[in-house]
Amino acid sequence: MPDAKKFMYINRKAPYGTIYAWESLEVILIAAAFEQDVSLAFMDDGVFQLTRGQDTKGIGMKNFSPTYSALGDYEVTKIYVEKESLEERGLGLDDLQHLVWEDEDEDYAEKDSIHLVSRAELADLFAGQDVLFNF
Amino acid sequence: MAMLHLVNKSPYDTCNLNTASGTMKDGDQLLLIEDGVYGAIKNGKSASLLNGLKVSVLGPDLAARGISQDKLVDDIDIIDYAGFVDLVEASDKVQSWL
Amino acid sequence: MKLTIQVNEGPYQHQSSDSAYFFTKAALDKGHEIFRIFFYHDGVNNGTRLTTPPQDDRNIVKRWSELAKEHDIDMVLCVAAAQRRGIVDDGEAERNGKDATNMADGFRISGLGQLVEGAIESDRLVVFGD
Repeated sequence: MPDAKKFMYINRKAPYGTIYAWESLEVILIAAAFEQDVSLAFMDDGVFQLTRGQDTKGIGMKNFSPTYSALGDYEVTKIYVEKESLEERGLGLDDLQHLVWEDEDEDYAEKDSIHLVSRAELADLFAGQDVLFNF
Repeated sequence: MAMLHLVNKSPYDTCNLNTASGTMKDGDQLLLIEDGVYGAIKNGKSASLLNGLKVSVLGPDLAARGISQDKLVDDIDIIDYAGFVDLVEASDKVQSWL
Repeated sequence: MKLTIQVNEGPYQHQSSDSAYFFTKAALDKGHEIFRIFFYHDGVNNGTRLTTPPQDDRNIVKRWSELAKEHDIDMVLCVAAAQRRGIVDDGEAERNGKDATNMADGFRISGLGQLVEGAIESDRLVVFGD
């Protein structure tokens, strides 16, 4: 297999109204086995995927939001959330799950996975990737 | 190297073109396909989103929708599927704004 | 150029499958290599052999089957997405106790790893969807 590529998974859709959010997570979990350099971007309605306190009992769907907190265990440690998208939607970082990963190089110190970035910073991040996944 | 951005939805339907155009960097290329071609209509409110960008539009999708060349913004390339392939090859990666 | 194409939507409902098909054909005509076409989400519905489109309209499923046969293309339906949407081959029918299969010629059902592998091995990933 060639050198690890930089993969970014871009999430722009809200959860539950359509299946894209969940099925894109399924790709990310499988992709962990391939040891590429993975990061996630949440922008536009994709930021809604990360809200805390999702309770899906009333709509009869599986609540998959706990999966985001497992991403650290799958070595997905770079989760970029776009500032402008949050603000437009009346949300702040406090409305989102607190996602962390454990850095085994620093005695398993817990570190934040979510990085709040501007649209311009996200554009720079896109430019640095090898492959962009869209769902 | 440069990215190819694909937008396939009308700017009057979704924010995809707005987001895409706001994320494009110098040298990037935008290709409007499917319903995205409506974004290229020069008198449309969203036409200004294309200012300063390198934009191509898929001819077969324009023709299907009855949008003639004279209705389009200036400085836009009308290409076919072969041209689409060439744009993919000329970029280093593709971003589909779904 | 080695390409992996991802198709996220089913036949007729969205133009994605058509766009992907014409893009793929154009790439082949130019001598490029299609490493894989991966069908995800409702895209797996491109792989049912049971469609009966109107006579005066294109037959999307058949078109894919013929393209795959002519150019020996690897067309993969994601297993998880296919299970959800009821696209079944012999293996899936046996594993999941289904009394019928419906997968069209030229497709195979396999895991998401095939998409990831395609992205690793190809020069470009091009995604068609909604």
